[in-house]
Amino acid sequence: MNFDISEDAKAVANTARDFLREHSPMTAIRRVFDEEIQYDAELWKSMAELGWLGAGIPEKFGGFELGGEVLCVLAEEIGRVLAPVPFSTSVSLATSAICAHGSDAQKCDLLPKMAAGEIIGTFALAEGVGDPSPARIEAVVENGRLNGNKYPVADGSVADFVVIVAHDSAGDIGLYFCDLSASGITSTPIESVDPSRNTVSLSFENVEVEPLGDAWQGWQSVQNILDQAAVILAFEQTGGAQACLEMARDYAIERYAFGRPIGSFQAVKHKLANVYIATELARSNAYYGAWALGENSAELAQAAATAHLSACNAFQLAARENIQTHGGMGITWEADCHMYFRRAKSLGLEIGGSLFWQERLMSQLEQQATG
Amino acid sequence: MDFNDTPEEAEFRTEVRAFLQQHGDKYRTRDSFSRKNAKEWQAIKADAGYAAITWPTRLGGRGGTEIQQVIYDEEERHYELVYNVFRVGLGMCMPTLFAYATEEQLERYVEPALRGEELWCQLFSEPAAGSDLAGIRTKAEQDGDEWVINGQKIWTSFADTADFGILLARSDFDAPKHKGLTFFFLDMKSPGIECRPIKQITGDSHFCEVFFDDVRIPDNQRLGKIGGGWKVALTTLMNERMAVGHAGGPDFEEIFALAQSLEIDGQPAFKNGAVREKLVDWFITCQGVKYTNFRLITALSQGQQPGPEASIMKLVGAEKQQEIASYGMDLIGMGGNVMDKELSPMAAAFQDSFLFAPVSQVAGGTNEIMRNIIAERVLGLPADIRIDKDVPFRDLPTGPGK
Ligand SMILES: Cc1cc2nc3c(=O)[nH]c(=O)nc-3n(C[C@H](O)[C@H](O)[C@H](O)COP(=O)(O)OP(=O)(O)OC[C@H]3O[C@@H](n4cnc5c(N)ncnc54)[C@H](O)[C@@H]3O)c2cc1C
Repeated sequence: MNFDISEDAKAVANTARDFLREHSPMTAIRRVFDEEIQYDAELWKSMAELGWLGAGIPEKFGGFELGGEVLCVLAEEIGRVLAPVPFSTSVSLATSAICAHGSDAQKCDLLPKMAAGEIIGTFALAEGVGDPSPARIEAVVENGRLNGNKYPVADGSVADFVVIVAHDSAGDIGLYFCDLSASGITSTPIESVDPSRNTVSLSFENVEVEPLGDAWQGWQSVQNILDQAAVILAFEQTGGAQACLEMARDYAIERYAFGRPIGSFQAVKHKLANVYIATELARSNAYYGAWALGENSAELAQAAATAHLSACNAFQLAARENIQTHGGMGITWEADCHMYFRRAKSLGLEIGGSLFWQERLMSQLEQQATG
Repeated sequence: MDFNDTPEEAEFRTEVRAFLQQHGDKYRTRDSFSRKNAKEWQAIKADAGYAAITWPTRLGGRGGTEIQQVIYDEEERHYELVYNVFRVGLGMCMPTLFAYATEEQLERYVEPALRGEELWCQLFSEPAAGSDLAGIRTKAEQDGDEWVINGQKIWTSFADTADFGILLARSDFDAPKHKGLTFFFLDMKSPGIECRPIKQITGDSHFCEVFFDDVRIPDNQRLGKIGGGWKVALTTLMNERMAVGHAGGPDFEEIFALAQSLEIDGQPAFKNGAVREKLVDWFITCQGVKYTNFRLITALSQGQQPGPEASIMKLVGAEKQQEIASYGMDLIGMGGNVMDKELSPMAAAFQDSFLFAPVSQVAGGTNEIMRNIIAERVLGLPADIRIDKDVPFRDLPTGPGK
């Protein structure tokens, strides 16, 4: 048995960690919070140069074909420092969607530019309240024209195009490619729990769109994109959880109360032990997700739901306990704790909330049990 | 990443399977504390070289790898061949002897222990000292070439049938608590020893109170230095973490099967929203534990030593066992009270596990102690403020208890 990330992927992760420590300090994300910038364009460019944006793209389309594990460990490092770049949307969702479903022409056109960091994509599924479900989709494409509203769309104001889930006049769900400079689109910034990622509401009035490839199979394709993204997201979340654990640990050693480090109080110790346990279980489940992703295993749906739910638990717990460990300092805008707290929740909602993934997992287990 | 054996591992697994196929069925037992047939099975295992896979051949082991031990255990579990009576001796006492006993002593004691001919026990805990093991007060006084032992041990697993025991005792009450301890091994048939089995929560009696009344131990059965017993005990305890195995009892698979077989409001129980939420939670935890274990195995097979990280497995396993057992009984509803194996679903496995689960939270280090270990040794948080460190042992405060 070899249940470990490959040496190649580990090497990429180490480089990424060092690079991000230097080039993505928390001051960068603060500039997004303070609305000075919408994302760190310079960092994004460097990431393209390092080959990270093309990691999941086949060589013939200008990528580096480094495999799923590399994407996963990159996500972990990005999650650790909350790098203010549209990785989870442009890479985990949009790029994956195009690789899996785009036509050859679309791939030839889009993927090389995405690998080079020249264009950014995002994914528009949500229409306000509710979890992913074909019944919730009102956006409709008729005669190549899209009408409807999509929100929240993360990274919507920095994206050049969007992959949209809509149904056609027959009511069938499909994936569509839409250039965001097309006429008929109104993009309105909306306030979100996590201001480190610009979020918009997109409304479409007779906007020209093209189907993304022609081989998609309705909702199944959407779900498959979500499954793949769930695994990569699980790594991003695990990275965030680990960062919170380390922050809390460091603070617990350095902060004194009652004449001793607060980390010597058992109530604090045991809490952080619980965070450590949740994070390690999440990491292990994420590894299994990476395996299923790499093998394109029939267990992907189950592995992805398990990995994502486990990572949601870990990151949200870690972010909460990190604030608690910091006491009053944890409640301030100035301390970094709240940025992780916000990100933890927002990643837990981005591709559907916990109820959606719980049901997804249970239904997989039921299918297995009943054969 | 892959879940496959290497060619050498696969070859070893094939050998193990053939061995178990030949002998396994005869010794199958659902009671992991069973002593019936235990010795016979242990001898067969030892003859085939599976009783101590990682021990060096010099000591009668196979000279094999940790990963081979894992493979053997995986295969053996299919046959329900877990005999806990040997755990203490082989998992804790022998490794301590390896580190501190003389060659002649190893020659004398290791093989009979390995073959199950002689049973060992661990005489550490006392009425006033369990988690705080260094607080023991059983007295050891030197008398020429011998030591005289007086005091009481408690919770000693299998003491009533053991042939030998390892013993931690206090040789100096004026030294600070960790510095006045001395470590021995002794014959459990020595005059002055009295074992009284204690009836446990489950109704079984697997552990005992052990009383020492002027029990004599030759000085050459001292392990380590006089006053150096704590260091020796740490060797034992480090091995304990490895020897404490799976919590056992119904796991996700069993509770899911139960939820399929029972109904709530005319529907299979697993269709119920509250039940689904629980099932999902346990599935995630069980998978997390399974794959954390796979990560440990991978590290072992790459030649790394398991660290305190392994505490996760015991802690999470024990808590999960307790929750699953209890919830299974709630699913069974009013009939959950029934322990009759004929009448209760799954032969009362949930009820058995419900009563056994508290054991898992305490034995081999309590949940609280496990969390302390994770916090201090893995996360590097500062140790608790200690009031018992540099004070003569006899001046330390004690509770009003015994
Ligand atoms: C089935 C079984 C078999 C056993 N077999 C053996 C054996 O063969 N040989 C042997 O020597 N012993 C054996 N033991 C004893 C076992 O090691 C002790 O029971 C265990 O270490 C706890 O000690 P205690 O019972 O004195 O409880 P205590 O140490 O008194 O603990 C009571 C409570 O206080 C908590 N506590 C104590 N210290 C701390 C702390 N620092 N921080 C937070 N909480 C704390 C504990 O977690 C626990 O909840 C066995 C126990 C069981 C249940």
